[in-house]
Amino acid sequence: MRPAPGTGARADPRSAAFDVDALLDDERVRIVVCTGSGGVGKTTTAAALALRAAERGRRTVVLTIDPARRLAQSMGLTQLDNTPRPVPGVDTRAGGSLAAMMLDMKRTFDEVVEAHSSPDKARQILDNPFYQALSSSFAGTQEYMAMEKLGQLSAEVDETGGLRWGLIVVDTPPSRSALDFLDAPDRLGSFLDSRFLRLLTAPAKAGGRAYLRVLSAVAGGLNGIMNRILGQSLLSDVQSFVAALDTMFGSFRQRAEQTYAMLAGDRTAFVVVAAPEADAVREASFFVDRLRSDRMPLAGIVVNRVTSMRAEELPAADAGRAASAATGSARGVLLVHARRMHRRESEVRIMQRLRRLHPPVPSVVVPARPVDVTDLDGLRSIGEDLAAARPIPEPPPVP
Amino acid sequence: MDDERDRGVLPLLHGAQPTRAPGGGRRYRDPVLDALDPAVRLHVVTGKGGTGKTTVAAATALALARPGRRVLLTEVEGRQGLAQVFGHDPLPYLPTLLARSGAGQVHGLAVDAKAALLEYLEVFYRLGRAGRALERLGAVDFATTIAPGLRDVLLTGKVYDALRQRADGRRGEGVPAWDAVVLDGPPTGRIGRFLNVNEDLAGLARMGPVHSQAQSIMGVLTSPATVVHVVTLLEDMPVQETCDAVADLHDLGLRLGGVVVNQVRPPLLSPEDLRAALAGTLDRETVGADLVTALRTAGVGVPEGGPSLVEGLLDQAGEHASRVQAEDGHRKRLAELGLPMVDLPQLPGVAEGMDLAALHELADVLAGGSR
Repeated sequence: MRPAPGTGARADPRSAAFDVDALLDDERVRIVVCTGSGGVGKTTTAAALALRAAERGRRTVVLTIDPARRLAQSMGLTQLDNTPRPVPGVDTRAGGSLAAMMLDMKRTFDEVVEAHSSPDKARQILDNPFYQALSSSFAGTQEYMAMEKLGQLSAEVDETGGLRWGLIVVDTPPSRSALDFLDAPDRLGSFLDSRFLRLLTAPAKAGGRAYLRVLSAVAGGLNGIMNRILGQSLLSDVQSFVAALDTMFGSFRQRAEQTYAMLAGDRTAFVVVAAPEADAVREASFFVDRLRSDRMPLAGIVVNRVTSMRAEELPAADAGRAASAATGSARGVLLVHARRMHRRESEVRIMQRLRRLHPPVPSVVVPARPVDVTDLDGLRSIGEDLAAARPIPEPPPVP
Repeated sequence: MDDERDRGVLPLLHGAQPTRAPGGGRRYRDPVLDALDPAVRLHVVTGKGGTGKTTVAAATALALARPGRRVLLTEVEGRQGLAQVFGHDPLPYLPTLLARSGAGQVHGLAVDAKAALLEYLEVFYRLGRAGRALERLGAVDFATTIAPGLRDVLLTGKVYDALRQRADGRRGEGVPAWDAVVLDGPPTGRIGRFLNVNEDLAGLARMGPVHSQAQSIMGVLTSPATVVHVVTLLEDMPVQETCDAVADLHDLGLRLGGVVVNQVRPPLLSPEDLRAALAGTLDRETVGADLVTALRTAGVGVPEGGPSLVEGLLDQAGEHASRVQAEDGHRKRLAELGLPMVDLPQLPGVAEGMDLAALHELADVLAGGSR
């Protein structure tokens, strides 16, 4: 792992705090990827970072890949489609702007097909039943399409010929499949190189060459087995799909590789998002390790929804004892504190595990809200907390 | 009032009918388990990420096993989440005893797509060697990773197979190997697609064994033998996703079981105090004086920062009241779904990790207190 741009140069290397503003203000950084397990507030973090960057002067677009329309909710929008839409209500005085979009994987796939094949070949592919299932209903396609869309957005130019987006903030799919985002080029590559694909396509292009006839015979035997299992109609749909796609796979793969290189490059920063719960911290730790082993630029860890206290000096146990001695409203008030403080104490222990496991990774803690964030003001206030550079509390020394 | 105090201690079973058990003890009929008559053999548990789906699936399995049933608890997301909540070593691709519960047993199975494919080829086509040849050619990788939809086909197929398995190891009519199967399913965003994948497949493979297998699986998933439970927290986004998922699943012809409201924290202030705290009209002088007295009585010194401590405590009471108010709103939205609802309490210290004792506590709630 190397430090992400914007963090090494300006932040104090001894500090454990994640300096979010330094990252967002660094013009060299063009892509911020928020990753983490489901339900930790990844989408909200991505939206809050994008809004803050926009209001600090960057031309920003936020891309969400999540099938549930959560980003729309937290941005107060009712609908998002496959093209970036300006977000109303953003303060543009610093010269920035904000647009948001949600990945429509079917439409992205269709566009790729249309852009890379002749009109009648495109029609042939788009009408293929196997293609229709693959592009819309099967899980996993979204990771490939996310790569595709990210590549498109980063290359998009405006009327003046300059790059349209200064900063692209990406939110990854929830849970384990977030990692598939990184695997897309490899998977695609190994599929395209696989003998299986060649066997599938061989009968269609065998022609007269001798070695191909042999291969074709092997494939014929395999086809017999596959036919028994899949039924002839499905197999021929798959074969004609693969044959039709064959011409565009090369460019598709090339771009997936370019996008991967871009993610690994010095203009990208990864942010791992977590919540102060045992499971979420374990997943976050897994993501940090994964980014490390892929040598991806990790900027920092965000721990969301951390219980904050307004009377931290009173330990939970003391409040509990006082509650048993209290009467009237004071009893309930003390119980509220005891429960919250108890939670706070256990969250701190959980977060400290993360800090112990990954001491060089800077972190920032975002306090929980008493109510959910559903509008731009809410996102703005999360942005302020993100920039407040409050790291995970230092773990106590091991006795 | 007794009822008031119970709300703080007992789990809140909204929608459940409290009944008087013989001997005068209070018992709750649980709507989720009521929905789970023995005819239901597959319980699919879904929910937004972070709502505690795996925990609820595990507690449901324990509750179902109590009367002496053999229950298979399966996971399909490759996270080894079951091993984690039960504090068990990573599960192999074989049913493994996780816990005894009452007179019954819960076995765990982490379904792996690749192993499921090879097994499928072996069982249905006796393709032992050819199956390995397919693996060398990259066909197995193709089926399980490149074409991730087929992965869902294999995973649902394995669950279907577990339902058909007989105690003597064969398949079909006879004494089933498992009285019930609980599936810790994909999150709400993916559950509809996951459960419906065989419908898509049946459309793709218009004939042949895959077509008929896909149709049989869909037949079971849409029959009264299958119900889907949705886990949520009383927060905006999980509730929104619950509503979306319920609509989706309904449209797909899948039967819904219950909505499980997880990590419920009972209000700690009386209704009057909640209203006052919300309006900021809690009497600061009186309450403040009471707080100081209580702290002193308990032997907790109130230092120089006394007044600011009291202010902080009252602010927290106000935030507690706004949260309770927001939760009431979320609960109303859930109630509009018209499904049975069951509350599971937030257990102290559970943020630091689940353990078997905590799972049994939750299973007690689901089983209506019987053990």
